[in-house]
This record gives sequence, structure tokens and C-alpha cells, in this order.
Amino acid sequence: MNVSSLHQPSVLLLPTLLVLGGFFCIPLLLMFGVSFASRGLYGGIEWTFTFENYQRLADPLYWTIYGRSVFLAGATTVVCLAVGFPLAYVMARSSARMQTVLLVLVMIPFWTNFLVRTYAWMFLLRTEGLFNSLLMYLGIVDAPLELLYTNGAVFIGLVYGYLPFMILPLYVAIERISPSLEEATYDLYANSMSVFLHVVIPLAKPGIVAGCILVFIPSVGAFITPHLLGGGQSMMLGTLIQHEFLVVRDWPFGSAISFLLMLLVLVVGVPIFKGRKLWGT
Amino acid sequence: MMSQSFKWLTGMSAGTLLFLYGPIAVILLFSFNVSKISAVWEGGTLHWYRQLAGDHSLWLATNNSLMVGVVSTLVALALGIGAAVVLERGRVQGKPLIEGVLLLSLVIPEVMLGVALLLFFVMIELPLGLMTVTIGHCVFNLPLVIMVLRARLRKIDPIWEEAARDLGATPWQAFVHVTLPLLRPALLGAGLMAFTLSLDDFVVTFFTTGPGATTLPLKVFSMMRTGITPEINALSAILVTVSMLLIGVSLAFQRK
Repeated sequence: MNVSSLHQPSVLLLPTLLVLGGFFCIPLLLMFGVSFASRGLYGGIEWTFTFENYQRLADPLYWTIYGRSVFLAGATTVVCLAVGFPLAYVMARSSARMQTVLLVLVMIPFWTNFLVRTYAWMFLLRTEGLFNSLLMYLGIVDAPLELLYTNGAVFIGLVYGYLPFMILPLYVAIERISPSLEEATYDLYANSMSVFLHVVIPLAKPGIVAGCILVFIPSVGAFITPHLLGGGQSMMLGTLIQHEFLVVRDWPFGSAISFLLMLLVLVVGVPIFKGRKLWGT
Repeated sequence: MMSQSFKWLTGMSAGTLLFLYGPIAVILLFSFNVSKISAVWEGGTLHWYRQLAGDHSLWLATNNSLMVGVVSTLVALALGIGAAVVLERGRVQGKPLIEGVLLLSLVIPEVMLGVALLLFFVMIELPLGLMTVTIGHCVFNLPLVIMVLRARLRKIDPIWEEAARDLGATPWQAFVHVTLPLLRPALLGAGLMAFTLSLDDFVVTFFTTGPGATTLPLKVFSMMRTGITPEINALSAILVTVSMLLIGVSLAFQRK
């Protein structure tokens, strides 16, 4: 269909523009406006223009939470890459039949309910959980350890939750690399380490970048994982926003935190998205 | 030497798969455990599954989830086809802005979308309930459907559509008889993906829901908050099985 064949493209595009304009752009703009208002006496919004909410973001009280969010998301990304790469490589270099089997095995957790997968770690880590029962049965500890509601629990939950997001793009990228390139490098007396560093990694770069974005962005804004595995002990930006909106009912401040989170996501995400286009993927 | 390091990598991969499946397997196993409190195996039973089947609120939540899933998927597909075709084949004014909004809606953290919608619905005084939940699901499903369909359209050579036009077809006929059949696998894939995302969504639903509008993930969440019981394990086991079936269906479609 060339240009002339679509006389009224707006008719086909209009409903989408209305839905996204009305229920995505306007709510965001509204929230941006609210972030400059102040909290009313009973949790309502008072329309007085103020920068107070953004000034409050600088309060040292919240820096622990920002730091934890960025650190846990960064660590999750690095660990997912380190753990996911070998599996993605083995997948890409297996027989066609084995590739399908492994792909399905990685896709099942990807499509499994996120709550259920987070719950699995609650079940394992809680005081009467499997790990503690096992440790006590083996006589390693006398009293159950506090495993749940710690930074470690949130970290494990994030890695577990987002690992498939790393493996799939890595697999797609590595699968495109011709094995003969690696063989040629071996023929030139390279060892497996230098083949990995100088052939596989540079050629898999688009997949590495895509995987890192797909893990970092949802991790830094995660809500379910820190809520269920971190509780009040290990808050992240996502749980802080929920806390301000539903518990404290300070919507203006909650809105300001949301825009801080969005800034974080855009600063990390957009340049890399643009960069991906430059690499032609 | 090469096979040596490959063996090493295979070992690591096996470990990773064990990490991915171990916790799910434990949940499945303990959904058959007799004991209500302990994490020690005390014998098998189907008691927890029977208890779930008798829980009326669970059936209600399932019903709500299916309704929201079907409606938001159909809306996203119906609107997404037109938008994808126009954005990929037509000339659109303000395209960079539209692309920007679509990109933003794909990368925005779910919590932020949830609270923005909550704020908006409260301000326009739209009562929170299944309606607002469904709108929220349309907002995250629509950009996704558009992305999947556009990726597919990019691979379909416009020459087919042009040929149909040269043979006297109207733009509408060319779309219905040429573009649409070529798009069918992508439509199925996108629809299945949107439906699954809607069924699984917790965060956006959590912020946009109101009294009487409990979906399955919200029900699971409230069960988790009141304490860890084998019933949650049984429900989790059912949800895992459903996910596996959906993957099976989508793979079967892709094979065709």
C-alpha cells in the first residue's frame, strides 16, 4: 500500500491516538502538574504551585532507597548477564532439536506469573521455610535465620524474575554468529578465552545491550519483588511510590518520586535504544 | 580444548536451569503436602485443590480476569492493526511524537503507569472497578500489539499490496485480502501475548481496581498477605500449568 492508497490514515490511527492520548499522556501530564502541588490536610491535593516536593527528594532519608534501587538493579543486570551468557551460548550452539527444547525451557518461566515466581522465594526463604528447615535439620544453625525481608532476598528475587529477559536476546544475538568464525579463530591458534573475548562478545553486543536494558529498567522500577521479599526493610523506588500514594496519601510527593524514577529509566534507556538503531539491529 | 570449555559451559547451563526450575518444582511438590504449616513433607493429598475448587471468590476472580483479558486483547488488536498499518505504510504527521509516546509507554515502569492512572481516574471521578482495570490493560497492551504487528509488516513486501491495487482492488480490499492474511500469524502471536500479559498483570491492576473488581493475581496477592498456605501452592501450580498450555498453543500455531 503506497501513500496514495491510504486516503484517510487518520481514521485508522485516530482511535489509538485517543486511547494513548487520553489514558496515557493526559494522566502523565496531570501527574506532572500534581508533583508541583501540595498535600491537603486529609490527603487531598492543594493546588498551590511549589517546588517543595522536588526539594524533598534531596532529603538524605530517601538516598538510601535511591541507592538501593540503582545498586540492586545494577547488580541484578550484571549477575543476569554472567549467569545467562553461558546458557544462551550453549543454546545457540546446540542441535536444532535441542535448541527448541532449551528455548521452551527458558520461555516457560518467562511466561509464568511473576507473583507466583516471587512467592516461590517467599516459600523458600521464610522463617519456617525450606532453607531454614534444611539448615536446622542438618544442624548448621540452631535458630532459623532471617532470610526474608532483606536486601539479599530482593536481589535473588530480581535475578530470578528477570533472568529470562536476559537469556532470550542473548540467544538471538549469539545464534546469528556463524560458528565458522569461532573455528577460524581457533585455527589461528587462539585459545577459548580470546575467542570468547574477541569474537563472541563483540558480535553478541546488540544482544548484550538489549538484555541489559530489558533487565535494568524493570528492576530499577520493580514493585512486586521488593514489596513481597523486602517488605518495609528493603524499600525500593517502586515500593516508595506505592507507600506515598496508598499509605501516606501524599500524592504530590509520590508524583515527584515517580518522575525521578522516569528520569532514571530515560537516562539509562533512551541513549541505548538510539544506539541500538545505529548498530543496525 | 574447545569441547572442554563447552562441557564446562554446559555444566553451568544445567545449574542455571536448575535455579530457574527448582523453586517452581518445590512449589508444585508442596501443593500436594498434607501438612498445612510445615515445610516438611508429610504425605500427599489433593485436599488443597479441592478446597480451591470450592472457593467461590476464586471463580469470581477468574471470571473477572478472563473478561478483562479478552476485552483488552480485542481492543488492542482492533486498534493496533490500523495504527500499525498507517505507521508502517502511510505518511503520518507528527510521527516522531507518536513514536516517542509509544516508546515511552513500553519503557515506563508499571508502578508509574498505575499511579498515574489512579490519579487520573480519581480526578475525573470515574469509579474504580473492572472498567478502569480494563482501560489500564488496554494502555499497556496496545503499544505492545502495535510493536509486534509493525515488526511483521516491515517483513511483508509492499509489492503484494501494490499488485492488488494495480489489479483494481480498493485500498480496503487490498488490506482485507492481502495484508490481513499475511499478518495472521503476527495477529495470533500478539493476541496471545496481550492476553497472557493481561491475565498475569498485578501492578497496574492493583492501582486501578476498586471494590468487587478482584482479578486472579489480586486474589493470589491477598492470599499471600494473609499467610503462606498450601492452597497458594496449589493455585500457583494451576497458574504454572496454564502458562505452559498457552506456550504450547502458541508454539503449535507457529509450527503451522
